Amino acid sequence: MAANIGTGRAVSSTFAPLRIWLLLPGWLSIGFFLLIPVLLMLVYSFLTKEFRGGVIWEPTLAAYDQFFFDRGLFGDDPRRIEWKYISIFWRSIWQAGGATLLCLIIGFPTAFFIATRPDRTKVIWLLLVTVPYWVNLLIRTVSMKFLIRDNGPMNDFLQYIGLINEPLQLINTNIAVQIGLFYSYLPFMVLPIFAAVERYNFTLSEAASDLYADKWTILRRIVIPVVSPGIFAGCILVFVPSLGAFLAPDLLGGAKSFMIGSLIEEQFKGNIGNWPFGAASSMILLSLVLVALFFYARAQSQGERA
Amino acid sequence: MSETAIQLESVRKDFGDFTALSEVSFEISDNEFFTLLGPSGCGKTTLLRLIAGFLNTTGGTIRLFGEEIEALPPNKRPINTVFQNYALFPHMTVRDNIGFGLSMLGWSRSDVATRVDEMVSMVKLDQFAERRPSQLSGGQQQRVALARAMAPKPKVLLLDEPLSALDLKLRQEMRLELKRLQNETGITFIFVTHDQEEALSMSDRIAVMSAGKVQQIGSAVDIYEFPENRFVAGFIGETNLIEAEVIDASADALTCQLVNGAVLTARSLHEITKGQKGWVSIRPERMTLSKTKPKGNSLSGTLTGATYLGTDNQYAVGLTDDLSLNVRHQNRTSVGAAMTTGEPVHISIADNAARFLVD
Repeated sequence: MAANIGTGRAVSSTFAPLRIWLLLPGWLSIGFFLLIPVLLMLVYSFLTKEFRGGVIWEPTLAAYDQFFFDRGLFGDDPRRIEWKYISIFWRSIWQAGGATLLCLIIGFPTAFFIATRPDRTKVIWLLLVTVPYWVNLLIRTVSMKFLIRDNGPMNDFLQYIGLINEPLQLINTNIAVQIGLFYSYLPFMVLPIFAAVERYNFTLSEAASDLYADKWTILRRIVIPVVSPGIFAGCILVFVPSLGAFLAPDLLGGAKSFMIGSLIEEQFKGNIGNWPFGAASSMILLSLVLVALFFYARAQSQGERA
Repeated sequence: MSETAIQLESVRKDFGDFTALSEVSFEISDNEFFTLLGPSGCGKTTLLRLIAGFLNTTGGTIRLFGEEIEALPPNKRPINTVFQNYALFPHMTVRDNIGFGLSMLGWSRSDVATRVDEMVSMVKLDQFAERRPSQLSGGQQQRVALARAMAPKPKVLLLDEPLSALDLKLRQEMRLELKRLQNETGITFIFVTHDQEEALSMSDRIAVMSAGKVQQIGSAVDIYEFPENRFVAGFIGETNLIEAEVIDASADALTCQLVNGAVLTARSLHEITKGQKGWVSIRPERMTLSKTKPKGNSLSGTLTGATYLGTDNQYAVGLTDDLSLNVRHQNRTSVGAAMTTGEPVHISIADNAARFLVD
């Protein structure tokens, strides 16, 4: 992925005077729809909450304090670490990681399969991967709930073929959430890996085989390292939205699988919420994601330089 | 003669309805620099891939030092390949690329390091050993590919048009380099190319291929001077082909009547009987123009064109309205200087230069 950046250089000399204007719509929309809302959230997270939702313009660290520390019901007990929200974050990371792994296990062979089809059928396979995404995410997640519930078609089928005797209790478990997230974000794993495998030069595999490597060694030592930018990109594209997802945890996970997304969503809902606390949670989530991206970028650039 | 490295016995390869190779049978001896030469699509790369093991034969047998290797996958054959576009592993350094095959063979880390050092200096890449392929020039990448393929001491080295991606000057340098490496290591080289100059300058023997068949096998001199058929005569260098019929077949020479009625003597690689129809092939540089009728084998016609090419002068001589010969004089005498187009001229043909070809 990183290798693609900068391919515009060759044409840049002809379009140099134009370039700034061509970028303008992009900069404007990013600024307007991304930077300003994020800055707004950053500011809100340092303000005082109003009880019916909204904020009072009085700077305070109360929201962050509430996230990390427990001061008792009336706020005058000695300060203790508040594990409630940290554990929600921890569970979210765990769930998102599980979903990412699931996507990788299913997505890598899928992408590999599609990338090695003839050009004519490749398009059809790609289209099939995206077909479920023509349906709204909420509807898909609800359908998933019906599919995997205790007396749903999946359990009926597994019992029918005799693989299980009792229905699997999937609904309202962490596994259900991971399945839901996996289903929501699978194409984000498949597409970047597909793009990387499609660019992969299969003569490299032949060369490795010529140099006495067996199939698994070729996969491990040659194919995976060469397509790794695609794998990393796919993992990030699945992990990051999974971390903040709230539909799948809400609908499939129940109370025990409460995740960051739901926590934040709750703070802004109706008039029972706490905007500064929601904003602070968002900022903490954003920092985590940025740290992850930073390490990813560093690993990538070292990989290319060395 | 030394041991047989590769033996092919009526090897055949079909891709669906298409026959890429048929009836390919020949032997390559140990330490030989053997070239497969032919235009693209002639099956030379297919043959190389069959020997490497990337493809399976449809019929026939391939033996490596007497052993059938058909059932072995590429990673079990002691044969290595230099790929056309090198296929260097982009995520590994030069050292790791060269050492890859050795570690796959289970060599110890220190043995690998020693051998890699040896290979790196053999291909003169000492300062570049820690670089990645993307940081090397085309010529340097070529050397890495060679070193990587030669490091495991293969019994046979296959080279698939390895010089085609290089520019002319580098290509000429690498020819000498390849020849040197082959002499130093004594490895059998099988070299695939469509470039006749490459083939003629490096090979001990050349197999000229066309349409999935081997047309002729021989030394550079053999295939140039004594072509087996019209394809070989035309593909290697330039030639003039004139339709002819044998009117007398004596002990060592054939008397041929050309399509325009002229008669000349020619030789053939094969036993030819009177009445045989075919073609006479004469190389442009084996003919000399003169104003007076020379002794021996000669033709006469009209000078229709003269082109100055620097090293050579090229003349077109019309025998009849639709039969013209191409004659070349090296640019060191003034033989043709005084000739003007439209004049009648005589063509003297050097001994042994006229070859009679059946097909």
